[in-house]
Amino acid sequence: MKWLASNYGLVWELMQAHIALCIPPILIGFLISIPIGWVANRYKLSRGVILLVLGLLYTIPSLPLFIFMPLVLGTPQLSSLNVVVALTIYAVALMVRSAADGLSSVDKDILQAASAMGYSGWQRFWRVELPLSGPVLLAGLRVVSASTVSLATIGSVIGVTSLGYLFINGLQRSIPGEVITGIVATLLIAVVFDLVLVLIGRLLLPWIRQDRTSARAARRRAVLIAEGAR
Amino acid sequence: MNLFVEGFAWIFDPANYSGGQGWIVRLLEQLAYTFGATAIALLIAVPLGYLVGHTGRGRDLAVSFSGGFRALPSLGVLILLGLGLGIGFKAPLLTFVIIAIPPILAGAYAGFEAVDRKTIDAARAVGMTEWQVVTRVEIPLGLPLLIGGIRSSLLQVVATATLAAYVSGGALGVFIFDAFATRNYPEALGASILVTALALVLEGIFALLQKLVVPRGVVAKELKDVRQRSSRPLAAAGVPAQEGK
Amino acid sequence: MFTAIKKGRLVSGLVAVSAVVALAGCASSDPLDTTSTSGSSDAASGPIVIGSQAYYSNEIIAEIYAQALEANDIEVTRQFNIGQRDAYLPALESGEVQLFPEYTGNLLQYYEPDTTAKTSDDVYAALAGALPEGLEVLDQSPATDQDSYNVTKEFSEANGVTSLADLSKVTTPLTLGGNSELQTRPYGPDGLKSTYDVTVGFTPIEDSGGPLTIQALKDNTVQLVNIYSADPNIKTSGLVTLADPKGLFLASNVVPLINTDAATPEVTEVINKVSAALTAEDLVDLNSQSVNDQESADTIAKNWLDKVNLF
Repeated sequence: MKWLASNYGLVWELMQAHIALCIPPILIGFLISIPIGWVANRYKLSRGVILLVLGLLYTIPSLPLFIFMPLVLGTPQLSSLNVVVALTIYAVALMVRSAADGLSSVDKDILQAASAMGYSGWQRFWRVELPLSGPVLLAGLRVVSASTVSLATIGSVIGVTSLGYLFINGLQRSIPGEVITGIVATLLIAVVFDLVLVLIGRLLLPWIRQDRTSARAARRRAVLIAEGAR
Repeated sequence: MNLFVEGFAWIFDPANYSGGQGWIVRLLEQLAYTFGATAIALLIAVPLGYLVGHTGRGRDLAVSFSGGFRALPSLGVLILLGLGLGIGFKAPLLTFVIIAIPPILAGAYAGFEAVDRKTIDAARAVGMTEWQVVTRVEIPLGLPLLIGGIRSSLLQVVATATLAAYVSGGALGVFIFDAFATRNYPEALGASILVTALALVLEGIFALLQKLVVPRGVVAKELKDVRQRSSRPLAAAGVPAQEGK
Repeated sequence: MFTAIKKGRLVSGLVAVSAVVALAGCASSDPLDTTSTSGSSDAASGPIVIGSQAYYSNEIIAEIYAQALEANDIEVTRQFNIGQRDAYLPALESGEVQLFPEYTGNLLQYYEPDTTAKTSDDVYAALAGALPEGLEVLDQSPATDQDSYNVTKEFSEANGVTSLADLSKVTTPLTLGGNSELQTRPYGPDGLKSTYDVTVGFTPIEDSGGPLTIQALKDNTVQLVNIYSADPNIKTSGLVTLADPKGLFLASNVVPLINTDAATPEVTEVINKVSAALTAEDLVDLNSQSVNDQESADTIAKNWLDKVNLF
């Protein structure tokens, strides 16, 4: 790994650029998906249509989507915004199903109990529905995070700096160590993001740990949904 | 919208679809990668997933493997393999096998796990051998989730196969890379429309197939049990997703 | 059913709107957005944005420009690794990128595919007239890095081929390997046909004459490959560069392409000094340090500037 020894700085810079490129799509995608998921869940008939349209978005291959962004958005060719918006679209396409599934996983009896206790629809959503769908939302967010971190590498093909640079540059110079470093650094960022999300989940959803059986059920459910959501 | 017209005009221009360099050939290459890689992945991942699902051994490993590989950047893997194997179809095919394995593996073991323990106990109680439990209970009941996994793999590979052109592996990506290098937007759009349409057709076929393979008993149970979460993985497994496109 | 569809549309409309709003919000604080200098009439006041192709050799030259300017207290922003000419020239014209290492022949042919200029001086003179308004070139460097067609030594000996003209007597089918865009370049398959009456197939290989291209040549998947003349692989892989008696390729010297707004006397002076000092041998050596010694562009540029000791 001679290459790595003389390029620590570059790798670190690219990792920072990569992280900066990935965080907005994950966050914005999450925020956009909650209301859409809520609508999909609230009006059963709209569910199929919404999930179909978003599923359609997800079938667009990433490279052409990146290429078309400047035409659609009117942004400069080299703006990282092109990649950020495209990744946000993929994040929404993935996350909405988790949001709809999460909200529908909340027991209807609990919702009725909340209404009976005098919660308004708004209060009920924030205090009951959203927290209780937390585990499923978290599972979905973890999938979105991993997928975004991986997809951001393709941005380098259109000149937006990310760890993908190491793949293209490593190929031209025929340095496998450089390509391997890029792969490992990408996986490293994905693992760190995942750990952060799990940690946030523990802080925001403390009841999952208190009730061990339901924790196991939630985890199992999360795994199944995450696997399904691939 | 004008661009869309030009994109379709590109698709329907005989100069672009006919011959060895035309998109019909490239589309077949894209399909060959998709089915080839998924078939190889099936041979590897299904036995492995069934083993994990049946014995419960190595489950954590399988979970972290199929989860972690989601973040594996396919372009990087493709280039690394390309450096070793040279240009042509080998490096892309191997890359696509690697990305097709995790969803199938997950579908296989999750399918077994989703089978109610009571059902398996009942099967043993009526005198079924281990082998019979696997072949007559776990495999049929786990089939919907496995098909879901295969569907995910196929859709993931069909979109990712555009990258094959990066190491001269052909397929529809040839047009996309060429269009990108020369800023030929109608060509880029035309090729993207073809990839997307291909993915949609596959998605449609599999949605149908998934409905057909659900054993009758499972459907009945699902209908009685709509509110219980035990039937949910069925629906969840149907979600297509391809991250490493 | 109707209402469901209507709702679906409404929702997808909402998605689009909220996405745009949310993203417009984050656009202003985008940490990677280095494009804010575009349209600025007084470009010299901000950092000068230096671009490079997604090609390691080009990036080394760009890095040399950057370090040379920095050594003279001129602020720079690096926007390296930008695809091919069709991708970055619009960015240069708009001022998104302001300074870019270019190659005279390829650049001239981009603007004037039918140009008749062949020699280094003619090409440079023609280039000055061919550039669109808002772009200019500074002094060209003696260093050249032009497209060249190469074959393996075995192929050259077996077929008695040392020049592009010799290719017409080869009876086996020939396939040319190179980046996608070569297919539509004037010196691509069509140019070979019209200039030398040689018919070739084409295989796109996207590594700019890198390892995949060379391996494909050695495997005989392709028989003819486009490699830039300053690529050290030509020597280390023992390839034969075919002579070009009829001038299919134009002479192509390294030349700084600059947005007029950024071409202040200070910048011009520094970059011209760099161009004058960079020789053809230097360029091959710089590339070799990158490919064979695996040094970073940063280090290679620094070492070269130390060696030539300009500032």
